[in-house]
Amino acid sequence: MNAAATRRLRVHILRYNPAEPEKAARFQTYELDEADGMTLFILLSELREKQDPSLQFDFVCRAGVCGSCGMVVNGRPGLACRTLTAELPAEFTLAPLPTFELIGDLSVNTGKWMREMSERLETWVHAKQEEVDLRRHEEKMDPDLADEVYELDRCIECGCCVAACGTAHMRTDFVGAVGLNKVARFSLDPRDERSEADMYELVGNDDGVFGCMSLLACNDLCPKELPLQSQIAYLRRRMAKQGTG
Amino acid sequence: MWGHMLFVSSILISKDAMWTITKLFEGYFFFGRSYPWIVSVIIGVVFALFITHAGLALRKFPANYRQYALFRHHMRGMKHEDTTLWYWQVITGFALFFLATAHLWWMITHPGDIGPHESSARVWGDHFWVLYLLLLFAVEIHGGVGLYRLAVKWGVFEGKDPAASRRNLRRVKWTITAFLIVLGLATLAAYVRIGMSPEVQAGERYVPAWVGQPEEHAP
Repeated sequence: MNAAATRRLRVHILRYNPAEPEKAARFQTYELDEADGMTLFILLSELREKQDPSLQFDFVCRAGVCGSCGMVVNGRPGLACRTLTAELPAEFTLAPLPTFELIGDLSVNTGKWMREMSERLETWVHAKQEEVDLRRHEEKMDPDLADEVYELDRCIECGCCVAACGTAHMRTDFVGAVGLNKVARFSLDPRDERSEADMYELVGNDDGVFGCMSLLACNDLCPKELPLQSQIAYLRRRMAKQGTG
Repeated sequence: MWGHMLFVSSILISKDAMWTITKLFEGYFFFGRSYPWIVSVIIGVVFALFITHAGLALRKFPANYRQYALFRHHMRGMKHEDTTLWYWQVITGFALFFLATAHLWWMITHPGDIGPHESSARVWGDHFWVLYLLLLFAVEIHGGVGLYRLAVKWGVFEGKDPAASRRNLRRVKWTITAFLIVLGLATLAAYVRIGMSPEVQAGERYVPAWVGQPEEHAP
């Protein structure tokens, strides 16, 4: 990018700090020059360093692995660290992910939501073995099955699927694609002793898979490109079979 | 829905074609005379299915204004086709509570008044074209989006490449919807044109020349 082509970016950021309720939510506009290969992470870091140290946002890995930097970019959820400014117009907006508790500005508490969801859906391996024997070798798993489990385990719980979901916006109890994906993942795992009826108890209702309205924004905007459309459809067929069988 | 449109649009072929399909449903070609109550029974079954579907679909409606406003705000920001189409599915579904109910109830109670002239008199003379124009757009949009959503919801036609299948399904959905809306408008125009003719305005029932004298409807 030569100097003549450098764009001047105008970024409108939604500012609100729940700890300072006397200051109303507002869009604050910042201007800065675009740099080569600039991501929103770089942009926000530069803004905080040079223009406004009070700006709040979250980052950890900067590589699309930790899922901390989810935010709404021009109306659509996405990971800031994986969004290049070159893909955006010269003027755009940033807002915190909706449906999650706001910490301040662009920072939200996805962890709290994910923990509640995980506890509700019991997203861990339920083994019958009562005593854990750490010296015992782990049981072998078919490599193809391990790949399938790993594919769904790539979820980083960034919250983009929940923020993109019209159902989750309307119904706060909906477990979201992240929750349904977790159930699909543990259903595949041979170490998990839970039956189909157990899974039905967890998601065979309108807060679970039957509440999903198949808008598929979760599938289209998942930063990890998880096969959410297929997994939710498969889970729905299984739960319908369980519920009617 | 699609079958219904094809039956109704038979008027574009000829009055005889539409008359033949009407009489087929009234059992004329099986029993030698017409039994319009058969049509009422068929529509009654459709009505029951319609009510069941409406009852199940109500679960998904926004339960209050807050939910409606949240969804609308979300939809406008997202600019995501399937999200926006759901909104229109709800709007057209809501309209169908009234439009389809009015249509179905009228047809259940007037099963003998279906035919090239009789339907045209209703469309033009009784101003049903307004209802049918609204009904056409509501049904075709609602049905097209709904069937597409059913397919992706349950993973029908998913194949090995779900993304490609979904793109194809969307293309097919829009093609069918556009075709049926054009066909529906042409059909409605045909009924309006026939409805304006002197013989329809004089209240004449249509009977093909090859049939002979108008038959009396069986009770």
